[in-house]
Amino acid sequence: MADKTPFSIVGKPLPKVDAWAKCAGETIYADDLNLPRMLYGKLLRSPHPHAIIKRMDTRRARALPGVHAVITGEDLPIKFGILPVSQDEEALAREKVRYIGDPVAAVAAVDEETAEEALKLIDVEYEPLPAITSIDEALAQSENRIHEYNKVGNIQKAVALEFGDVEEGFAEADYIREDIFFYQGSTHLPMEQHAAVAAYGPDGKLTLWSSTQTPHYVHRALAKVLEMPPSHIRVIATPVGGGFGGKSDPFSHEIVAAKLSMLTGRPVKITLTREEVFYAHRGRHPVLMWVKTGVKRDGAITAMHFKTFLDGGAYGSYGVASTYYTGALQTVTYKIPRYKFEGMRVFTNKPPCGPKRGHGTPQPRYALEVHLDKIAEDLGLDPVDMRRRHLVDENSLTVNWLRITTCSLKACIDKVIEASGFRQKFRRLPFGKGVGFACSSYLSGAGLPIYWNHMPHSGVQIKIDRGGGVAVFCGSIDIGQGSDSILAYVVAEILGIRPEDIRVVTADTDLTPVDLGSYSSRVTVMTGNAAMEAAEKLKDLLLTVAGEKLEVPKNRLVAVDRRIFDAEDPERSISFVEAVQLAEARFGTLGSVGSYKPPESPGKYKGSGVGPSPSYSYTACVAQVDVDPETGLVTVEKIWIAHDIGRSINPLLVEGQVEGSVYMGLGEALMEEQVFRKGLHKIPSMLEYKSPTTLEMCDVETFIIEKPDPHGPFGAKEVGQGPLLPVPPAVANAVYDAVGVRIDEVPITPEKVLKALEAKARGEDGRYGPSRIPDVAFPAPTTVDVPPEWQPAIVAEGTS
Amino acid sequence: MDKQLITLRVNGEVHELAIPVHKTLLEVLREDLHLTGTKHGCELGECGTCTVLVDGQPVLSCLALAVEWQHRDIVTVEGLADGPRPHPLQQAFAELGAAQCGYCIPGTLLTAKALLDHNPRPTRQEIKEALSGNLCRCTGYIKIIEAVERAAQRMAAQTAFAESAAR
Repeated sequence: MADKTPFSIVGKPLPKVDAWAKCAGETIYADDLNLPRMLYGKLLRSPHPHAIIKRMDTRRARALPGVHAVITGEDLPIKFGILPVSQDEEALAREKVRYIGDPVAAVAAVDEETAEEALKLIDVEYEPLPAITSIDEALAQSENRIHEYNKVGNIQKAVALEFGDVEEGFAEADYIREDIFFYQGSTHLPMEQHAAVAAYGPDGKLTLWSSTQTPHYVHRALAKVLEMPPSHIRVIATPVGGGFGGKSDPFSHEIVAAKLSMLTGRPVKITLTREEVFYAHRGRHPVLMWVKTGVKRDGAITAMHFKTFLDGGAYGSYGVASTYYTGALQTVTYKIPRYKFEGMRVFTNKPPCGPKRGHGTPQPRYALEVHLDKIAEDLGLDPVDMRRRHLVDENSLTVNWLRITTCSLKACIDKVIEASGFRQKFRRLPFGKGVGFACSSYLSGAGLPIYWNHMPHSGVQIKIDRGGGVAVFCGSIDIGQGSDSILAYVVAEILGIRPEDIRVVTADTDLTPVDLGSYSSRVTVMTGNAAMEAAEKLKDLLLTVAGEKLEVPKNRLVAVDRRIFDAEDPERSISFVEAVQLAEARFGTLGSVGSYKPPESPGKYKGSGVGPSPSYSYTACVAQVDVDPETGLVTVEKIWIAHDIGRSINPLLVEGQVEGSVYMGLGEALMEEQVFRKGLHKIPSMLEYKSPTTLEMCDVETFIIEKPDPHGPFGAKEVGQGPLLPVPPAVANAVYDAVGVRIDEVPITPEKVLKALEAKARGEDGRYGPSRIPDVAFPAPTTVDVPPEWQPAIVAEGTS
Repeated sequence: MDKQLITLRVNGEVHELAIPVHKTLLEVLREDLHLTGTKHGCELGECGTCTVLVDGQPVLSCLALAVEWQHRDIVTVEGLADGPRPHPLQQAFAELGAAQCGYCIPGTLLTAKALLDHNPRPTRQEIKEALSGNLCRCTGYIKIIEAVERAAQRMAAQTAFAESAAR
């Protein structure tokens, strides 16, 4: 096939730069580290969901032979947390515990067995408090407070925003529908258990190796809690064996390992057990949702009002951001001229929730796409056409001031509808078989950093060796998505060399410029742009000397295949290495830097920090299911999915992210859920926490839709998270097509399907799902003027 | 703690070790022999991550006591390649992007090797069944299954070539 792009690396299905090491078992993950004199740390965790710590005695543990240190919360009194607004965590709880699994003490010993033995010798006296384990209980028991720092009861955060007058919008509607949904919580279940190794030296400097997605934020948290200058702390993120958002917070075990190393003068390793990984959590928030939408007869939305209630678990984590995210991105797929969002996160005595792939957006996306499916049916509209007619415009602002750059959602829709044969199947398959459709969108990196500052979000440094080897330094961490490879591909493309000529050095706070971390689908766009800037600077030097040597104007030179040549006379060329040596002779040691900061968002209201992004990816999905009406079992037969990536830098990696997102979306749609009994996690194991195996995973047909976005490196947008979003609603809509019942709550388990079928057989509503939301007042909304294109006069013209 | 002198044959090399009898094969491989290519995800026999081969059969090393596997042929991921040449499975996994975070890959590769050694031309369903005990959270298994198919095709072609050359 003829190559239509001008690129030699970008767009090619090359192996990842770390593929060989990973397939040889040579990649060193955190728990693989083994330092001389290393001790092993263990954490003692609370057996109570909510209790006051009355007394703690560590003397018997200290006396055990082989124990080198025992610490409690008194040794680490400074609080921390990922967000500046919720610095509510203690490395070891001091006065009270807030969930079963909350760490209260820690031991360093010669081996894990001795450390575990020592934990049993720590005497803790607790005074149990009533445990709060649901949103309703959190709201009802406002005197039984889990934290003291939030304003009211157990409501950590309540937000209310109104863009334009929604009541006016509802008044213009031909049809209004309200629905209630519940999206159950789930966990990341990374294959690698969290691990950290700390080494404190006699020079007073600390090094922490950790399985983390955010070494920069861990660096800041360590400096704060340990009261050390950041310049004396080095955080190295080891290759992460699965993150999905679950390794994005600074964690107790990281801080404790550091403290234990400082006290003993020896390296200390802490690796969480699988059970402990379930307690560390930070997974998908359970979210209860209410949505009311007004539409015209053709399905054009006149107004939407969305309410969310998040069960946050015991600590803040990313929760304030998560809360906003449950309301931010409803507006970026279909035109919504007036929009009101009310969101609330409550504390409960369960492991803290946080960001999981899609962070706060899969829940409302599920609700929205099932809700729209119902509206289409109510109005007798085709669910595909109804959505397709009212997509957002490119280069526009949404009603909540998010800037849309490129949007190829129409092309995505057409691709999956055609490939799946949706129109021949929808409402036409035999009972028990069905197809469902949904769309979604996600951000390519958050527009703002987690703590307020004006510095770049990503930095890249490049140095070139006289032999032609290129080293690329960047703070980003490869969590399997291929961020190291993206750096190599981008730099190789610009300098005209091969990815294998490049050594990538990443995620080391001593050696690499800051990148904020592998979260919010930001890395390709932000590190890619920074790498492009740094590489272009070096290329300019190389072309300068090559032009002089070849006596050719610089603008006629092309760098490709390790040579620099005259585009008009390719015989005139010099090698990359020769150009490097000429450039070093001329300019001195060769190096350059590049950095990236997202464009400023036009939204200026309180709360506008969550949602803006350089660009948004778009996805359309069709699911085909088989539902057994006898057992209620839903089997997904196939998924067709098209993703608007802007530009695919490596189609293999893009497909891998799409397929992995579909897999994770199917797990959430059908089986994965956090189950508690009296605050105790009932299934903290990989056997009982059901996740799809090879046998449950269906065929996936992936379509990559490319239309370069001006803000991305070579036009790239995100792919790591967005393709998860349409999967649960597409499955739910397909279940309805198959057996005629609405499952308004994920996971869609056989029990729920059967209950809905039984209800329908009794002549009742063929639906399973929540029927009410808490009767609780939100604050008066912040009313925000809408962007000019959504001013009422203009909207009225546009929707005629 | 009672220690026992044991002899383990791993990747063709013989090791004599004094270890506590309760130590698992996983722990001995990683901690005593420093073969950290073998990973762990649960240490309860649930995830398949720690799979190694013993006499050609997949074994969960987290559930196996090292003392019980003396004088057997143990193969870990470090023993898959033929010197500097990757095993066809390793080659195919790398080419197709079957390793994302890579953490489950050593165990998956060894399970796949056992499959192909016993069944050189497996169907897609047979591959799925063989790998159903190896959890992966990154890939949705799709590229893993494709890589096993590609490796099987290449190995079959190599075998056919070797056989025709021998005739």
